[in-house]
Amino acid sequence: MREIEVSQITRAVKDAAIAANYEAGEDLLAALRRGMEEEESPAGKEIFRQLLENAQIAATERIPMCQDCGLAVVFVELGQEVHLAGGSLEEAIQEGVRQGYVEGFLRKSLCHPLTRANTGDNTPAIIHTEIVPGDRLNIMVVPKGGGSENMSRLYMLKPAEGWAGIKERVVETVRDAGPNPCPPIIVGVGIGGNFERAAYLAKKSLVREIGHPNPDPELAKLERELLVAVNDLGIGPQGLGGRVTALAVHLLMEPCHIASLPVAVNIQCHSTRHKEVAV
Amino acid sequence: MSKTIRLTPPLGDEDVRQLEIGDRVLVSGVIYTARDAAHKRLIDLINAGKPLPMEIKGQILYYVGPSPARPGRVIGAAGPTTAYRMDSYAPTLIKLGLKAMIGKGKRSPEVIAAMREHQAVYLGATGGAGALISQCIKAAEVVAFPELGPEAVHRLVVEDLPTIVINDCQGRDLYDVGVAKYRREGNG
Ligand code: SF4
Repeated sequence: MREIEVSQITRAVKDAAIAANYEAGEDLLAALRRGMEEEESPAGKEIFRQLLENAQIAATERIPMCQDCGLAVVFVELGQEVHLAGGSLEEAIQEGVRQGYVEGFLRKSLCHPLTRANTGDNTPAIIHTEIVPGDRLNIMVVPKGGGSENMSRLYMLKPAEGWAGIKERVVETVRDAGPNPCPPIIVGVGIGGNFERAAYLAKKSLVREIGHPNPDPELAKLERELLVAVNDLGIGPQGLGGRVTALAVHLLMEPCHIASLPVAVNIQCHSTRHKEVAV
Repeated sequence: MSKTIRLTPPLGDEDVRQLEIGDRVLVSGVIYTARDAAHKRLIDLINAGKPLPMEIKGQILYYVGPSPARPGRVIGAAGPTTAYRMDSYAPTLIKLGLKAMIGKGKRSPEVIAAMREHQAVYLGATGGAGALISQCIKAAEVVAFPELGPEAVHRLVVEDLPTIVINDCQGRDLYDVGVAKYRREGNG
């Protein structure tokens, strides 16, 4: 049994929330550079140039890449051999988010759904905990912007619609989103499971490194097919028209009920932020 | 052929009438921020016949909710927010003489019609380039609704804030025109 003080978790979450907002991942920077080369539209190329400069300024000036510092989604992998001491996991994570958003000068973007009163410290974070074998504790902090989240969709398709129906809905979601989610985007697609599981899979698919092919060759092929279809829409960087609308399509799939074909499309803007820490 | 134009408010009809979709506009001088909650407050004041906390006529509104400034800094990250959420409020402000809005994302047919009727434009700033855009902001102060936090109305002094004309006074839309050029038939 490995013992972990929950105060360590708070510190890790706080640091990850700040770093995720200030520092673009290497995978994103590489994807933006690739996009700048591939983009045919001059206005689109200029957007890529601005985004690369933006990332550089954020890192050196210690300022968030985007003012929407997101709702903090936290993925936890907790080994079943770990004993947490000194408090609750949930509270430790919320406290980490609270401290990170206050001390890191990050924007607090959470509010009461009806009164719209701001909660003041960007809590509550949305936490997904998975119990895994062993004694490791991995925490991934994924601040998610509202603009791209708003353009995401969930479909409950008829099984007869099959892959063609799925493809059509993914393309339709991206087309209808147009310039709104700050393209270039990453398209997270969850297929199968049930109503809430499909959405979870779509979200989870987004934390994979951009451009890393899906480990399942069958899914990797489908991802490539979707990427071509999405980029053929011509939306381009910021919706100004161009050949690079999406930097990647990520897919996760699980079995579903014989009566269902759930499909969730979670749109992620280029301000894709995720920081993983092992405690 | 797109051109580059420098604009400093207050703006008149002739300032915006020269702009065409795709033109680059560098904005300098005083502009005001407002997003969802501030728009609701402004419209409530207008409906109640009360004075507004800032001038609207000839002005530019920037749809942004900045992140907090570090001590000693002017502002945090300050990129545009999605404009459609302000669509139900915008025509009222355009009628009052608002000359330009800066944001990102599509506008409704009603807003585009109001811009055409009253000679106003919609300028796109790069969404997600909050750190880059913050470098163009030289001063910032809250002038109304401080209780709204990031949604308060700020008076900004900006220098060469880079934007592009998305909707001009002739009712054209760069998003439609630009996308049509790069769409490949068959797949989309
Ligand atoms: S959609 Fe993403 S990049 Fe655009 S403003 Fe929101 S968080 Fe920032």
